[in-house]
Amino acid sequence: MRAVTWQGTRSMSVETVPDPEIVKQQDVIVKVSATAICGSDLHLYDHYITTMQRGDILGHEFMGEVVETGRNVRKLKVGDRVVVPFPIACGRCFNCVQGVFSACDNSNPNGEIAEALYGSTAGAGIFGYSHMYGGYSGGQAEYVRVPYGDVGPMKIPDGVQDEQVLFLSDILPTGWQAALRGQIEPGDTVAVWGGGPVGYFAMQSAWLQGAARVICIEREPERIGLARDICKAEIVNFEDTDDLVELLKQMTGGRGPDVCIDAVGMEAHGHGFMAAADRVKQALRIEMDRATVVRQTIQAAAKGGRVSIIGVYGGVIDKFPLGAFFAKGLRMGAGQCDVHRFLPELLTRVLNGEFDTTSLISHRLTLEEAPGAYEMFAQKTHGCTKVVMRP
Amino acid sequence: MSTSVESPYAAADTAQAETKRSDVTGASATVNAREANRVMRSATILRSRADLYAFWHDFEQLPQFMEHLVSVTRTSNTTSRWAARAPGGGTVEWDAELVNDVPDEIIAWKSVGKTDVPNAGSVTFTDAPGNRGTIVRVTIDYEPPAGAVGNFVASLLGENPDRQVREDLRKFKQLMETGEITTSARRIEDDATRTFAQASSGDLTS
Ligand SMILES: NC(=O)c1ccc[n+]([C@@H]2O[C@H](COP(=O)([O-])OP(=O)(O)OC[C@H]3O[C@@H](n4cnc5c(N)ncnc54)[C@H](O)[C@@H]3O)[C@@H](O)[C@H]2O)c1
Ligand SMILES: [Zn+2]
Ligand SMILES: [Zn+2]
Repeated sequence: MRAVTWQGTRSMSVETVPDPEIVKQQDVIVKVSATAICGSDLHLYDHYITTMQRGDILGHEFMGEVVETGRNVRKLKVGDRVVVPFPIACGRCFNCVQGVFSACDNSNPNGEIAEALYGSTAGAGIFGYSHMYGGYSGGQAEYVRVPYGDVGPMKIPDGVQDEQVLFLSDILPTGWQAALRGQIEPGDTVAVWGGGPVGYFAMQSAWLQGAARVICIEREPERIGLARDICKAEIVNFEDTDDLVELLKQMTGGRGPDVCIDAVGMEAHGHGFMAAADRVKQALRIEMDRATVVRQTIQAAAKGGRVSIIGVYGGVIDKFPLGAFFAKGLRMGAGQCDVHRFLPELLTRVLNGEFDTTSLISHRLTLEEAPGAYEMFAQKTHGCTKVVMRP
Repeated sequence: MSTSVESPYAAADTAQAETKRSDVTGASATVNAREANRVMRSATILRSRADLYAFWHDFEQLPQFMEHLVSVTRTSNTTSRWAARAPGGGTVEWDAELVNDVPDEIIAWKSVGKTDVPNAGSVTFTDAPGNRGTIVRVTIDYEPPAGAVGNFVASLLGENPDRQVREDLRKFKQLMETGEITTSARRIEDDATRTFAQASSGDLTS
């Protein structure tokens, strides 16, 4: 089959590789009909998430048709159309039973890597997302081996277009969870850093969860356009201000946003001394993350506010404003999305037309065009806001 | 009935678990307590004590999740013969004897007779607080090897005994909770866990 492979920092290629097989009897094989490039893939592309190996197949946002099932698969059958959640979860450990699928105890066979880094056993395995996250082959390919077939993949009703539901694999539930972690109260002002695909769905989710105002912090014109026109957000271009925290305070009557969502992650753009220091340390691999946005969310949040970190981080940061966090009595949440938990509800909401799931797609390409697509999505050129590929 | 966590089994010449079945008696320890190294690891598994005890109690099933073991064969009600992968090919073998066995609580064994790898092990099963399954605690004592015998210890517990016990326990949990041992292999030939007997055919009983 053809598959998008990682060949080194900012080097991708489409290769012919052996097809996947049923390896364990709860597996299914999915023939991919649509797959996307995620902002998370850029952390691999730029090699800030490490433990990558040459030839690894990327991609964790995908959907398609079940073409083979293991002996112990009960719910799915050949021919079913499914969307596959990006975290791989066993469905039976304590965390899965509690609905915290991204913290599945069993799906990551390389648990010891994370255990050394993070002090606990690893989070769930993730398709196409480094060996630390399990070393699974991803969905930017013609076929994918999907473990625990009865637990993850969700059947899609007939007559629904791929593009309506593809993003249920990741960014839509991720945006939803970002807003949920903000514990939005009626009347709250929600500020979202990053108008990329995750921010796009976080803003729509914030409205659905009762926000009274939504503010988006961005700089890229196409993303600002989507945030304003589709997500109905007020816009702050962070390049236009030297004091974003003060600006947000002025916009909110001196209080600051009640909920601050970081939908940017470890590769945040920033200026000023702290951002420059982060950039140097990240380049030297002393610090894995550029934490500009994390610091800003904490500084900006209103007293009693909430900070929700959905952007991905991998390591240790300097200058964490713990004093502000404490003095204002903030609450903070983070984590990979527990996609499985939200799928039934979010499918219903999508079918009810509560989300705009297509306006963000700027490029519809073939798998063969992946290397150029990565570059474009990373550099944010050609008005690239989201790439969907078909094998 | 409570089981002490500190000295859960009769590994050394001094330590004896306080809960002991009457028909399992008389084994003299092979591990010298003053010399022995101890590896202790635990995991919480969402299955009942009875299920986990029953699986472990059938020693012949241990190679399903213990990477270094080739086979364990029952030789009597309380004895078994263990074969482990030796570094550079072949196997090392030794006899082990059950020294403590309390249903749903504890299983303890130790090597007997002359062996290059005097070792003793135990596994205890206790209820996790709040109905969160069972805490499984594995303790292995082994005498540090001298010279060439070091190779044999490598075959008993791998290069890094602590890591090996942790990995074995992780695989035990995977098998007990999901019915399979986890692999990210895309193809059968790349599946490092396929040498574990039945690891992919086990039907779920839970
Ligand atoms: N937690 C999860 O489960 C999960 C799932 C998917 C993605 N993510 C993460 O979410 C983050 C965003 O993903 P995406 O697909 O939207 O990525 P993206 O790269 O397309 O979007 C990030 C956006 O942030 C903007 N940005 C950069 N620096 C900024 C700053 N200082 N202030 C405000 N905006 C800034 C960029 O212009 C860009 O539009 C990534 O870190 C990704 O890994 C997390
Ligand atoms: Zn993603
Ligand atoms: Zn699980």
